[in-house]
Amino acid sequence: MSGKPRLTYFNGRGRMEPVRWLLAAAGVEFEEFFLETSEQYEKLIKDGVLMFQQVPLVEIDGMKMVQTRAILSYIAGKYNLYGKDLKERALIDMYVEGITDLMQMILMFPFSPPEEKEKNLASIKEKATTRYFPVFEKVLKQHGQDFLVGNKFSWADVQLIEAILAVEEKIPAVLLGFPQLQAFKIRVSNVPTIKKFLQPGSPRKPPPDQHYVETVLKVFKR
Amino acid sequence: MAGKVKLYYFNGRGKMEPIRWLLAAAGVEFEEEFLETREQYEKLLQGGSLMFQQVPMVEIDGMKMVQTRAILSYIAAKYNLYGKDLKERALIDMYVGGTDDLMGFILMFPFLSAEDKEKQRAVIVEKATSRYFPAYEKVLKDHGQDFLVGNNFSWADVHLLEAILMVEEKKSDVLSGFPKLQAFKARISSIPTIKKFLEPGSQRKPVPDDKYVETVRRVLRMYYNIKPN
Repeated sequence: MSGKPRLTYFNGRGRMEPVRWLLAAAGVEFEEFFLETSEQYEKLIKDGVLMFQQVPLVEIDGMKMVQTRAILSYIAGKYNLYGKDLKERALIDMYVEGITDLMQMILMFPFSPPEEKEKNLASIKEKATTRYFPVFEKVLKQHGQDFLVGNKFSWADVQLIEAILAVEEKIPAVLLGFPQLQAFKIRVSNVPTIKKFLQPGSPRKPPPDQHYVETVLKVFKR
Repeated sequence: MAGKVKLYYFNGRGKMEPIRWLLAAAGVEFEEEFLETREQYEKLLQGGSLMFQQVPMVEIDGMKMVQTRAILSYIAAKYNLYGKDLKERALIDMYVGGTDDLMGFILMFPFLSAEDKEKQRAVIVEKATSRYFPAYEKVLKDHGQDFLVGNNFSWADVHLLEAILMVEEKKSDVLSGFPKLQAFKARISSIPTIKKFLEPGSQRKPVPDDKYVETVRRVLRMYYNIKPN
């Protein structure tokens, strides 16, 4: 409808990264406005564009959407990445929610105090290898198809590859013992829109660093 | 398809309560199996019924569904409580996201230390009155309709009513200053399926007490206190 989607967030991954992944997977170009100061954030609040005073904000199809999950569901629905019927959507939702729980641990990691980082890293590794990855390994093994749901590329596949790569950044050998996921990772990385997103110069953001953490804390005045 | 809907959870609100509300709103009958012992939970785990080793779990239409949001979305869509198109669904998802965040503050409440409980009560009231309730008050004021989305009863209305009642349990006059929400509360409470759910003897669960907390801790072996966020 009216131009490209416009993302408002920090210049970093955080809660916006899954949105960048999904838009990219759908082949949708988007613009970004990066929050750097608390004044910018306060202006957004004053202008009434943040329904719950929070980012992410995605302006898309005339809507000012907030709430990451709502945004992702809308994009998935619009670009046919949400399965063919209610039951496939239910599977995609279940898988995505599980992966999101794992990603939440990674999301919070940069903000945890130094003395807790080692424990948190161990927790991420444990949850990834005993709770989440085994489920998807089993799903892929049982149906033998290329994609998680309905033999078709969907939001669930995008979310899973994002999570695999994010965990691998912390624990490089984490896919040892998960041959289906290893093959899945290669396969989905070669989907043309994903391949493009994985190349340098794409809107994909690097792992959060100290500057990112400081910016977030400064903008939210914490 | 067939068969009853069956809920697996503790005998208390927790993460299952919004599901009870939504099924009730849709006029759908359901059975419940209450987790009371660690052994029951381990049996469910060993049986492979819990995809991510967690409850809530809902058996519905031949699926063993987990992940509260997935379950709620499925029920909403199946029973036509999810709007008429993608854009209405987007609004419902946004609104539910907000009430979910608000209820999240209340969900962890019973598991906080006594000292943190006092602080958290104030946080809940502050978030409700300065962040969430104003947003919904505005939605209702701007369109002047009876329901939040598309002039039709939806999941968003059920979820908001649940949130309002939960916050009122912490501070009974919290809706003063929100006339639209007061009217909304009265209106939605009168919808026949909701009215029935609000009556004694329904499957609505009471405010969590010490027994509930003990049960959850015992079954999940969760003996630490949660820290508020």
